[in-house]
Amino acid sequence: MPHFEGDIEKGPMEQASSPQSSSSVVHELEPAVAAESSAITAQRLSHLNEMFDNDDGQFGLDDFTEDEIQAATAIAETAQSVNIPPPRAIQSSGQQTTPELMEIFYQRLFPFKDLFQWLNHFPSPTPSFTNREIAFTLQNDVYLRYQSFPTYDAMRKEVIRLNPSRFEIGPVYSANPRDRKIVRKTAFRPLEKELVFDIDMTDYDEIRTCCSGAKICNKCWNFITVAIKVLDVALREDFGFKHILWVYSGRRGAHAWVCDKRARGMDDTKRRAVASYLELVRGGAQTTKKVNLKRPLHPSITRSLNILRDSFSSAILVDQDPWKGPEDAEKLLKLLPDKMLNQELKKTWEALPDQSSTSKWACIDRLAQQGVSKSLDARELMEAKQDVVLEYLYPRLDAEVSKHLNHLLKSPFCIHPGTGRVCVPINSARPETFDPMDVPTVTQLIDEIDEYDATHKANESSETLADYEKTSLKPYVDYFHRFVSDLMKEEMKEKRQRSQENQESLDF
Amino acid sequence: MFRTQKKRALERTNFGKEVIREQDYPDRLNMYLIPPLAEITLDEFEEWALDRLRVLSEIETCLFRNRNMKMTEQSVKPLLEKYLPLSPNSVSGRVNKGSQLDTERKKDHYSHFILRLAFCRTEELRRRFVKAETVLFRMRYLSADVAEQHALLARYNFGWTLVPEDEKRSLQEYLNFASSESTYTPSPNESYFTVPFERVPELVESRKVFVKGGVAYVPASQQLSLILTEFSEKLEKALEITARALPRLDEDDRLLPILAHLSKGFVAPEYIPDNSTTAPGHGVVRASQIDSLVPHFPLCMRTLHTALRRDSHLRYFGRQQYGLFLKGIGLSVEEALGFWRSSFSKCTDEKFNKEYRYNIRHNYGLEGNRRNYKPRSCAQILTDAAPGANEHHGCPYRHFSEDNLVAALQGLGVSDQGVLRGVREDVRNKQYHVACTRVFEATHKAPGVNSPVGVGVGMESVTHPNLYYDRSVQFARQVETVDGENRK
Repeated sequence: MPHFEGDIEKGPMEQASSPQSSSSVVHELEPAVAAESSAITAQRLSHLNEMFDNDDGQFGLDDFTEDEIQAATAIAETAQSVNIPPPRAIQSSGQQTTPELMEIFYQRLFPFKDLFQWLNHFPSPTPSFTNREIAFTLQNDVYLRYQSFPTYDAMRKEVIRLNPSRFEIGPVYSANPRDRKIVRKTAFRPLEKELVFDIDMTDYDEIRTCCSGAKICNKCWNFITVAIKVLDVALREDFGFKHILWVYSGRRGAHAWVCDKRARGMDDTKRRAVASYLELVRGGAQTTKKVNLKRPLHPSITRSLNILRDSFSSAILVDQDPWKGPEDAEKLLKLLPDKMLNQELKKTWEALPDQSSTSKWACIDRLAQQGVSKSLDARELMEAKQDVVLEYLYPRLDAEVSKHLNHLLKSPFCIHPGTGRVCVPINSARPETFDPMDVPTVTQLIDEIDEYDATHKANESSETLADYEKTSLKPYVDYFHRFVSDLMKEEMKEKRQRSQENQESLDF
Repeated sequence: MFRTQKKRALERTNFGKEVIREQDYPDRLNMYLIPPLAEITLDEFEEWALDRLRVLSEIETCLFRNRNMKMTEQSVKPLLEKYLPLSPNSVSGRVNKGSQLDTERKKDHYSHFILRLAFCRTEELRRRFVKAETVLFRMRYLSADVAEQHALLARYNFGWTLVPEDEKRSLQEYLNFASSESTYTPSPNESYFTVPFERVPELVESRKVFVKGGVAYVPASQQLSLILTEFSEKLEKALEITARALPRLDEDDRLLPILAHLSKGFVAPEYIPDNSTTAPGHGVVRASQIDSLVPHFPLCMRTLHTALRRDSHLRYFGRQQYGLFLKGIGLSVEEALGFWRSSFSKCTDEKFNKEYRYNIRHNYGLEGNRRNYKPRSCAQILTDAAPGANEHHGCPYRHFSEDNLVAALQGLGVSDQGVLRGVREDVRNKQYHVACTRVFEATHKAPGVNSPVGVGVGMESVTHPNLYYDRSVQFARQVETVDGENRK
């Protein structure tokens, strides 16, 4: 079967392309890529026939030029799209994901059309898509920037051909990114991009006790859930944004994409303003108390505090139990203002070591009320406790990601190479229902397609249903599709209104 | 020619108290929206522009030296009075003479537009010009009286809407929170304006205003921020248009030489690392020498170095800040690659080459857009991103908590209570560079040699980490020579 041959070929050939694509030669790769977007020429086809004719089963790695390799992989792809063989033939080697699995994912499951409409805001291509930068990270870690595509089909073909381990979405430029060297320097600049936010568990490492490093569990995922709640409501109520897409980053974080037209047009200054408005926890390794707010609190912070208060006892005191040991308890004392009360607390806790954080937290108020400290300012203590809640639960975002219009961010529905999980959207209305442990992995999805096809051989549905509908990816793709339709509807309505206004002014 | 005659005729007549102003300058505050129309001589062209340039340069220098607004005003005001005076319409009831006002305002108006021509060409010049002009405008606006401020607002329509009473009442508790930084408290009867939040990024950034549904509720007294944003945005746009029109001027022999001369005069006050202070006979700093040079580093770089040695790793901003500093003291790109490779000891060769090598070479202008990045000055470090968890960049005087700062200084050998108290005071007043200077003085004491850097009058203060290093090395060399002499 042509499929198998194509597969075996691809292995060594992909390795052959790596010596050419060392990091300093990125630019040279681009013209070849651009050329290949066009259809395969007859010349190359005949060339290929020659190759297969001379085939003894041995392929010398040095025999192939870059062009031939491209042509060979292209042909193999056409063969595959015509006759889609059962993926079962490929054994997952126990890794979370392999290049072969990724390629099948791109071929059968990745929602390119929805992605296109999401970035384009219109059914047929506009500069929002055709001048949009896409950056690819290939399987051999080569980084290709300034790619762009005229249609989603062109993008789909290229993604399948290159089989990147991930790709990122950048801004819409004033000209086609592929033309950036031809255009006058001042005429090439970024115009617009969605406003994005990045919440990563690394920023919580110093306060989470359940896991460390790359591991996550449902207990520490709470940090992210709570962060999503707080940020989402702030973006909607304070700034009036309506189209916010939250996406799982694949391992231990989440991204937010604010797609309103108003957000897309914001320049760096305004993005910095919004990011700073939302940022509360500030300080490096050497800062003891990272939340220091003057009172009265800004209404946005008060609202956030009310949301966080509910989760504090379960998510922090019980699940994380951060102040159990004596040194950890010291950390808590450093955040409280009254020296005498702190001394009393320290004494009490030394007498009964290893009390849970819940009881230590309750102890603060109890001892305070007993009047152990004459200098105690009750208000100051309350405010310090509020600061503690904020320091432990308020979203810790990587502000640099949000501040720059031209920042590149990983596309939704990519596969995380470390976990094999798909970067699926998170329902912003109910983030607490999202479980990162439950996110489908690429192997799982491919197995599900097999199962469905096997059990529904007799049915029509196997033919008429799109592959993603046979798998657990369906609800996520459907959610994305609805989000994108809403966005497009609004953009088209605005467009119509504007053209009506122009019409009226012309008539007048 | 006829025009000038007509002018003179006008000036000769007496129209009572009010002299007809040639171009309408009803009051002294000007947003420079309308370009000047009349003719002036070439000498006036150059002279007025130079005078304004003197003022703007002084403003820039003050910003670079981290002076706060008050101190900047103090140094700039005498220059303003000398070169760009702007008298108000009436001073304590006495009406000022018409023609004098006219000349002053005309000079102000024209000099601004001349400098626009000189500084529109590159993005960096434009940015610096807008920044300096905005500071100047701010100073003048704040020193103007309320009537003049209102007149300005009335003249230029900024598109703000007044909040109706009933809406204000329903939102009263939200509007009443006082901003944390300013000392003003909103009066209950104060009126509020609504503005799309994009127009007041400063206020939004520091959470000084209530924001709802994308609209910011700005109290009338905070209008300054709105006005400044308007001013700088309009100026930026105008400069871009000017830049596009400049090639069509066809003034090669008259104006262009003057304009070129002007833009050269606008030298950015930046510290250029002095490579002659490296040890004679070596020429450059080697990676192996760095550990021995640490005593000459300012606290920020020491912190980074210590963290690097301790963790065998530094996160991105730390690598940038420290890496560029090392470039400034004379570390070549090969030495730098060696230094970072050996410092990241827990890293495999492969990982290092993949993740860090490109970036180091990029800093030396060997990759990507090939820009020669300069080591960051104190002002830049203070305004850049603050360090987050696990990060060690930034300015320790600003970003360390007080206890940690004192501990770090004691680690440096500074135990004098007077100095520590001074440092605490400086930090409280947000005079971080003064604190650093103080520490330099305290750590560079030797018999017979005076420290070049210090907090006293006429002494240099630290405005750049590489300056600290250079002066420190200079000092050490002087001590050596003095020692050598003493031994003879």
